Amino acid sequence: MRHRKGFNHLGRTNTHRKAMLSNMASSLILQKRITTTTAKAKALRSYIEPLITKSKNDTTHSRRVVFSYLRNKYALSELFREISPKVIQRPGGYTRILKTGNRLGDNAEMCIIELVDYNENMLDDKPAKGKSTRRRRGSGKKKTGEASAATAVAAGTEDATPAETAEEKEAGEENAETEVQEESKGEAKTSEEKPETEVKEEPEAEKKATEGKAEAKEKEEKKEGDKAADKEEDKKE
Amino acid sequence: MAHPKRKTSKTRRDKRRTHYKATPATLSTCSNCGAAVKYHRVCPECGHYRGKLAVDKDVSA
Repeated sequence: MRHRKGFNHLGRTNTHRKAMLSNMASSLILQKRITTTTAKAKALRSYIEPLITKSKNDTTHSRRVVFSYLRNKYALSELFREISPKVIQRPGGYTRILKTGNRLGDNAEMCIIELVDYNENMLDDKPAKGKSTRRRRGSGKKKTGEASAATAVAAGTEDATPAETAEEKEAGEENAETEVQEESKGEAKTSEEKPETEVKEEPEAEKKATEGKAEAKEKEEKKEGDKAADKEEDKKE
Repeated sequence: MAHPKRKTSKTRRDKRRTHYKATPATLSTCSNCGAAVKYHRVCPECGHYRGKLAVDKDVSA
């Protein structure tokens, strides 16, 4: 059964295919750009890109591993000496496939496969990005650690500011509220003021709150007066 | 095994084939030289792809 063996056999036996891809990989490394059919180019891409990635680590072991695929010492030395320092910043995607139309004779779809860093015309003006992961998971640990450290450092300042704003809000809201609720808020305030970092800001906040209370009381008295007046008017009517 | 009793006549064969139709290729124009280009292909006239010189016609034969 060939279930889930989803790669292109290219109409060849295993050994024939490997030999062909090995030759094509060597040619691409030495020539930087080769013309072939699109199917072969796509097979070659998945063959050579891991080798280029392997070449970034120049050790005897990785050289031997790559040589077992290439079987060409000139291509090997070219890959490790010339190509790998040039692509060291590139996080994969070392090759480009440009389709060039169909071949006369068998109408096969032809293309050019090339090493991206060796085509001066197609290179973008902006430099290649460094290693950036597109994974959504797994990379979160580092960030959360940094974030927790940052919060720990800035805890004193951050804790103080929300309480202050809350008190200001209360002062604003008190205009429309009754005295009973204000008393309950006063208790709430004392509970909020417990953290030691807020000690400096307490007096200002309290002043604001008391001012707000005073204003609120005056307004409420006025309102009550108005209400009473309205009631009296209603009675008169 | 079942076999066809009659040879398919020319008329019947040709009537079947009336539905075989060629579809026109979807073409775009090259941003460099204005020639008609298939999508996702290098321009066969000037060798440009997505506004950049991809295949230098003078060098690569």
